[in-house]
Amino acid sequence: MSGMTDKKNAFRDNTMTLLAIAALAVFLWQAPRILDGYKVRIINLIAINAILGLSLNFIYGIGGMFSLGHAGFMAIGAYVSAILILTPEQKIAMWFLDPIAPWLLNLHAPFLVSLLAAGFFAAFFGWLISLPVLRLGGDYLGIATLGFSEILRVLIMNLTPITNGSLGIKGIPAHTSLWMSYGILVAVVFGTVRIMNSNFGNVLKAVRDDEVAAKTMGIDTFRTRVLAFSIGCFGGGIGGALMGNLITTIGPTMFTIAQTYSILMIVVIGGLGSITGSIIGAVLVTTMLEWLRFVENPLTIGSLNIPGIPGMRMVIFSVLLIAVIIFRREGIMGMREFSWNWFFSLFGSSKPTKGGERV
Amino acid sequence: MNVTSGAPALSLQSVSITFGGLAAVSDVTMSVPKGAIAGLIGPNGAGKTTVFNIITGFYKPTSGRVEFSGADGGVARITGLPPHKICETGLARTFQNIRLFGNETAIQNVMVGAYVRQKGRWWMNMIPFAFSSSHNEEREIRHTATALLERLGLEKYMDATASSLPYGAQRRLEIARALATKPSFLLLDEPAAGMNPQESAELLGFIRRLRDEFDLSILLIEHDMKVVMGVCEHIWVLDQGMLIANGEPEEIRKNPKVIEAYLGKETAHA
Ligand SMILES: Nc1ncnc2c1ncn2[C@@H]1O[C@H](COP(=O)(O)OP(=O)(O)OP(=O)(O)O)[C@@H](O)[C@H]1O
Ligand SMILES: [Mg+2]
Repeated sequence: MSGMTDKKNAFRDNTMTLLAIAALAVFLWQAPRILDGYKVRIINLIAINAILGLSLNFIYGIGGMFSLGHAGFMAIGAYVSAILILTPEQKIAMWFLDPIAPWLLNLHAPFLVSLLAAGFFAAFFGWLISLPVLRLGGDYLGIATLGFSEILRVLIMNLTPITNGSLGIKGIPAHTSLWMSYGILVAVVFGTVRIMNSNFGNVLKAVRDDEVAAKTMGIDTFRTRVLAFSIGCFGGGIGGALMGNLITTIGPTMFTIAQTYSILMIVVIGGLGSITGSIIGAVLVTTMLEWLRFVENPLTIGSLNIPGIPGMRMVIFSVLLIAVIIFRREGIMGMREFSWNWFFSLFGSSKPTKGGERV
Repeated sequence: MNVTSGAPALSLQSVSITFGGLAAVSDVTMSVPKGAIAGLIGPNGAGKTTVFNIITGFYKPTSGRVEFSGADGGVARITGLPPHKICETGLARTFQNIRLFGNETAIQNVMVGAYVRQKGRWWMNMIPFAFSSSHNEEREIRHTATALLERLGLEKYMDATASSLPYGAQRRLEIARALATKPSFLLLDEPAAGMNPQESAELLGFIRRLRDEFDLSILLIEHDMKVVMGVCEHIWVLDQGMLIANGEPEEIRKNPKVIEAYLGKETAHA
C-alpha cells in the first residue's frame, strides 16, 4: 500500500472515529430523555461491564493469564473510591457499629481522583499477589486469584473500621452518569488500542504465544506478565469504583465469584484477545442478564405454577458458556478487531479484508 | 574475511549437564573465534541442542562455564544468566522446531525482536503528542523491521500471519527476528531442516551473507553435510554428549572417529 492511500485512509479512519464518538455523544445526551431510569441504568452497566471485560481480557485474552480474581480487584476499587468520596460527617454517621479508623476519617477526594486511586490500589494489590504466584507458572494463577478474592471478601466482612463490615457502605453519591461511564470507557478503549498498536502490544502477545521464544528475544517474560496483570487490575479497580458509584451501595456480597464469572463470560463470548469482542460481549451479557431475570420470578403458565428459582440465570448462563466453549471456542470475534476498512468492505466500497483485521 | 584475532567470541569451558543422573553433555570445551562460521554436528541425541540451551541460558550447566565476548569487546561470564539477559549481551538464536509468534504478522515478529533495544517505556506510547522521542523510536523500529524483512527477501509476507508462511520463509523470518535483537553472535539450530536441495544450496550463500553484512559470528547445528562442509570454517563433533573431534571440514571428513560415530557412509562415498 502506497504512502498516499495510507494517509488518505488514516484521514478517513480518524474522521469516522470522530463521527462515531459524536454519534455516541448524541445518544448519551438523548438517552435520559427518551428512556426510563431502568434502561438508562442498564446502558450505564454496559459501559462498566465493557470496562471490566476489557480489563479481564487484558489479563486473560492478551496476557494469557487465567485469573478468577476480578471481583476482588473490583471490590478494592469500589471501597477505595467510596471511602475517599464520603465526607467525614457521612463516615461518622455510617460506621455506627465500629467507628471508622481515624486515618481514614478525614481522607476526602473528588470523584475522578477517587477513581484513579481505585485503579492504582487495585493495580498495587494485583502486582503484590502476582509476584509470588506468577513465579509458580500460569496454571496456579486461577486458583490463587480465586483464593485471593475470597480472602478479600472475608477481610472486608471483618475489617469493620475500614470497610464498615457486613453493613457495607450506603449513600455513595451517584457520580456514574452516562457521560462518566462512557467517557471512561472511551478512555479505556483508547488506552488499550494505543498499547496494542505499540510494540509493547506485540510483546504482550508474544509472551502469551511462546514464552520460550519471547525470552530468547530478550524479553523479561515474568516482568511483562506482572505488568500486564497489574494493568488489568487497574481496569478492574476503576470498573468496581464506577459500579459502586452507580449502585450507590456496596457490600461484601456484591463481589463474589458470580461477579467474576459474568465478566469472564463477556470476555469468552466476545473472543479472547479481542477488544471489539469484549465490548460486544458486554452489550450481550449485560442485556441478557437483565432479560433473564424473568426466569427467577414465579411463573404461571395456565394452571401450572413454577416458583421462582434464585440463581436460575446463572445456570442458564453457565450452559450458554459451555456451549460457546464447545461450539465456538474463539467467541464472536476470535482475535479479530473492528476496523473501518472492514466496515467499508461491507458496503463494497473498499477492498474486502476478511472479517476484520487481526491486530 | 576471516577476522579471527583477539578473544574468542564464545567459549565453553568444561561444560557438563546431567538430567536425572544421565549426562547429556560432558566436559565440552570449545571456542568460536570472532567472525567465524562454525559448526556443531553429531548424531541424533548427541546433545547439540542441549549445548545451545546451555549457552542461551535455558539450562544451567551442572559444571563448567560459558564466556561471551560481545560487540563491546569485553569478556563476560554468562553461565547462569537468564535467557533474556543473555540476549541483551548480543547472543541470538533460532530453534530446531521453528518457534515464531504464530498469531502475529511477520513484521510484528521482527518488531518483538527489536524490543530488547527499545528505550521508550510502554506507557509513553499510550499518550499521543507527548514523549515524541518514544513515538519516533516506535516509527524507527517499524522502519528497521521493514528494511530487515526486505533484506531477507520477506517483504511480500510483511503483513501475513507468521504461521501462514511457507516453511522456508518461516525459517528466514526466525532469523530476521533474531537479527532484530542486534546480535553479534548467532546460533542456528538446524537451519536447513525441512529444506529441499535447492533451498539448502541457497542457504550456503545466505549464511555467509548474514555473517558479512551483519558482522556476526555464527555457530550452527546441522545434519545436512553439504551445508556443514560447505559453509563452516571449523567444526566440533559431539557424540553421546562428548566432543570426539574438532577441526577444519577436511580434517573432520577424514577423521575415522567421526566416520564411525556419525558420517559413515556419506563421507565414504563422497
Ligand atoms: N530437559 C531435559 N530433560 C531430560 N533430558 C534431556 C533434556 N534435554 C535434553 N535431554 C536429553 O539430552 C540428550 C541430548 O538431546 P539434544 O536435544 O541436545 O540432542 P541433539 O543433539 O540436539 O539431537 P537432534 O539431532 O535429534 O536434535 C537426549 O538424550 C535428550 O533426551
Ligand atoms: Mg537438536
